[in-house]
Amino acid sequence: MSTEAPARGARAGFDLDRPWQLHAQVSVRPERFGALLYHFGTRRLSFLKSPELLTVVSALAAAPTAREACRQAGISDAELPAYAAALATLASSQMICAREAS
Amino acid sequence: MTQPAKTLPLVEQFQYGLDAPICLTWELTYACNLSCVHCLSSSGRRDPRELSTAECQAVIDELERMQVFYVNIGGGEPTVRPDFWDLVDYATQHHVGVKFSTNGVKITPEVATRLAGSDYVDVQISLDGATAEVNDAVRGPGSYTTALRAMTNLAAAGFRGFKISVVVTRQNVGQLDDFKAIADRFGAQLRLTRLRPSGRGADVWEELHPTAGQQRELYDWLVARGEQVLTGDSFFHLAAYGDALPGLNLCGAGRVVCLIDPVGDVYACPFAIHDSFLAGNVRGPGGFAAVWRESELFTDLRRPQTGGACQSCSAYDSCRGGCMAAKFFTGLPLDGPDPECVQGHGERALAAVDGLLAPRPTGDHSHRRSPAAGSGPVPVSIGARPVPVSIGARPAGAGALTTLPPDRACDESPLAGFSPG
Repeated sequence: MSTEAPARGARAGFDLDRPWQLHAQVSVRPERFGALLYHFGTRRLSFLKSPELLTVVSALAAAPTAREACRQAGISDAELPAYAAALATLASSQMICAREAS
Repeated sequence: MTQPAKTLPLVEQFQYGLDAPICLTWELTYACNLSCVHCLSSSGRRDPRELSTAECQAVIDELERMQVFYVNIGGGEPTVRPDFWDLVDYATQHHVGVKFSTNGVKITPEVATRLAGSDYVDVQISLDGATAEVNDAVRGPGSYTTALRAMTNLAAAGFRGFKISVVVTRQNVGQLDDFKAIADRFGAQLRLTRLRPSGRGADVWEELHPTAGQQRELYDWLVARGEQVLTGDSFFHLAAYGDALPGLNLCGAGRVVCLIDPVGDVYACPFAIHDSFLAGNVRGPGGFAAVWRESELFTDLRRPQTGGACQSCSAYDSCRGGCMAAKFFTGLPLDGPDPECVQGHGERALAAVDGLLAPRPTGDHSHRRSPAAGSGPVPVSIGARPVPVSIGARPAGAGALTTLPPDRACDESPLAGFSPG
């Protein structure tokens, strides 16, 4: 499940056109600045720097692609690269992982 | 990122406090089979007022409601509590992860197997010397063997990546490579933390804390190792040498972390067990959440801070004045330099204060006859600091907290391993 994610580091770019999801061992705590994430497997903390990014991450599991999750969250095309970069960082730390298309 | 950058920097968000701690340290008992000379909590004897199993479970319920990700459980030796394993299970069943610190005394092969099977429990074995001679001088006879046996059991059970936690001292700072080799041998991760003059540590700090030259060696060693070695953010005062060490270099005391002690008292950080840093008790009305959200002390700590005497120093942006607890228990003003300031301001400040007037830690639970003292060959002489003449008199520094809040305090680095971005 998650083994694919670490290879998709920030440098490798991020595949917006496939399905993604929050890692099953990650807990999310909404905060006024966005959210805190904690991965119980890697025991690492991370954070989402904006409520919009939290909306995107929360939408991943139900959306057919990450691009669609961003669209649902109201992210414009101009903003998309910044969000792709943020998602790539989350993927490289296994906070989110690629999901098989359902 | 352009979009999210419109919000305050995260470090500032944290300095003004969160609705709930990210994690916290919870000393479950003052009882301990050892009598380490530098014990932060002056542990040894159990306090009869210790929280009951039901009270501990109620705290865990609250932490779950507040979405505290995990607790760092310590003591004392937490595993000597008869209900310890039940409390660990209770916490993980309630989505509160557990990392516990132990001297290894109860880590049998059976326990190790059980621990290896849980994703939600992490173990930290304390070791303060890479050799028995150096370790046992601080932690007591036989403690090196106990720790190594626990590590052997964890590794044999397949527990990968448990932590080996070392308090860096003048006597063991030359063994950093040896500590790393021990960690590698067991598939563990090395964690180095700073010696604080807290608890019984106040008595031995002068003899045990690294020299200025040793601090520089430690810094260079840490910079070269990067994220391979955890530090619990505890060496942020060394950032004044140049590059910041990995981590957020943020003091979270009362802002994103705190300490709950065995009787339910809530302190700003694990290194500050003193009435001046006591925010309340979990047994009070409103429980832990009320202390966290409403206590006067924590509200104060979350206000914008002053750099005091350090404000004009060129290194201030890096070290932010260092550790609140280290200053407090060495008798230095909270808005002045850290006693181990790498620019040497701390040494000069220490020379100007009367160490005998430094505030004494609150509560001594030490064994009445310390097993560690005077037994066996001791390579370092660990002398007790003379008892202050006026016991109970609070020196000027003690009351300074509310008027001149420090810019930072140090914490059990809940943010270790924090990956910004």
